[in-house]
Amino acid sequence: MNELAPYLVLLLVGFLPNEIWRVLGVWIGGGLAEDSEFIVWVRAVAVAVLAAVIAKLTVAPPGALAVAPLAVRLVALGGGFLTFLIVRRSVFAGLVAGELLLLFGGLLFPA
Amino acid sequence: MFISGLAASFRSVFTLVLIGTYVGIGALAHDYGFSLAWIMLSTVLVWAGPAQVIMISALGTGAPLFEVALAVFLSGVRFLPMVVSLLPILRGPRTKVRDLFVAAHFTSASTWVESFRLLPPLPQDARIPFCNGLAIGFMLSGHIGSVIGFYLAASLPALLTAVLLFLTPISFLLSTAQNSITLVNRLALAFGLVVSPLLVYFQVGLDLMWTGLVAGSAAYAVHRLRGKRR
Repeated sequence: MNELAPYLVLLLVGFLPNEIWRVLGVWIGGGLAEDSEFIVWVRAVAVAVLAAVIAKLTVAPPGALAVAPLAVRLVALGGGFLTFLIVRRSVFAGLVAGELLLLFGGLLFPA
Repeated sequence: MFISGLAASFRSVFTLVLIGTYVGIGALAHDYGFSLAWIMLSTVLVWAGPAQVIMISALGTGAPLFEVALAVFLSGVRFLPMVVSLLPILRGPRTKVRDLFVAAHFTSASTWVESFRLLPPLPQDARIPFCNGLAIGFMLSGHIGSVIGFYLAASLPALLTAVLLFLTPISFLLSTAQNSITLVNRLALAFGLVVSPLLVYFQVGLDLMWTGLVAGSAAYAVHRLRGKRR
């Protein structure tokens, strides 16, 4: 039972709540306009949930990420974002800049 | 056609993006004590990077199951418009509904973008097999990334593991910023980044859900007010 529990959790809180939207999509088909006001609001809520996940992983991170102090993590995230904006909205450039800031920040200021 | 879809996936830029994303997810899952089999099954069943990150980090920090399910539910909403807009390209006169559900399950940001680019020149009958091959190829890349991330996180020095784990927040921030073209989505991203740490600091329960509702609705309200003034 205990060995199966994580897989049951995966089905209940991962597979089902996510899959329902894809099934609904096939059912509803073309009946829903992508720019309807309800969809606009729901998407805004979804983006904000994603923002919350990004913020939590940075501010209150899992174990090993905490070896870099909070200030270093914030500077790396902000610096990566600025680089992304400056270098023609390149995700790759921003990612490399953010990771380098974290690496050198972590080396210079160990937690 | 399945094979050409599979081959197309490895020529796509998304292969690198997926490997990078899942290296982060593999490392994150290792850090929270999940097994590699569990992560790989979650990729097959959930097949959505953001939902998997939400699930792993929320379960890992001991959030209530109800809140995890709700956060995953909210993050999955983008699949509704994606599937709805993809159906007209996939569906032919003889398409079985069962095949559409399979194609819908395989729908993710990567397959969605590539389908619009690669499917139109193909004959109607070939499109679903091609799509399935494409998605299976992308999933394989995801698995490769998960395995690399999982084992690297177990063996690297602490600071390099931190670099791997940081892949998740930074790549999600940048790809969300890139996909947020409308003002309402950009505001929702900005508001969410500010509201969430406040709720965590003041130890408000169900903080993912409240951040989504408060920051998302605030962004929507600004969007409505601007619309009325025009």
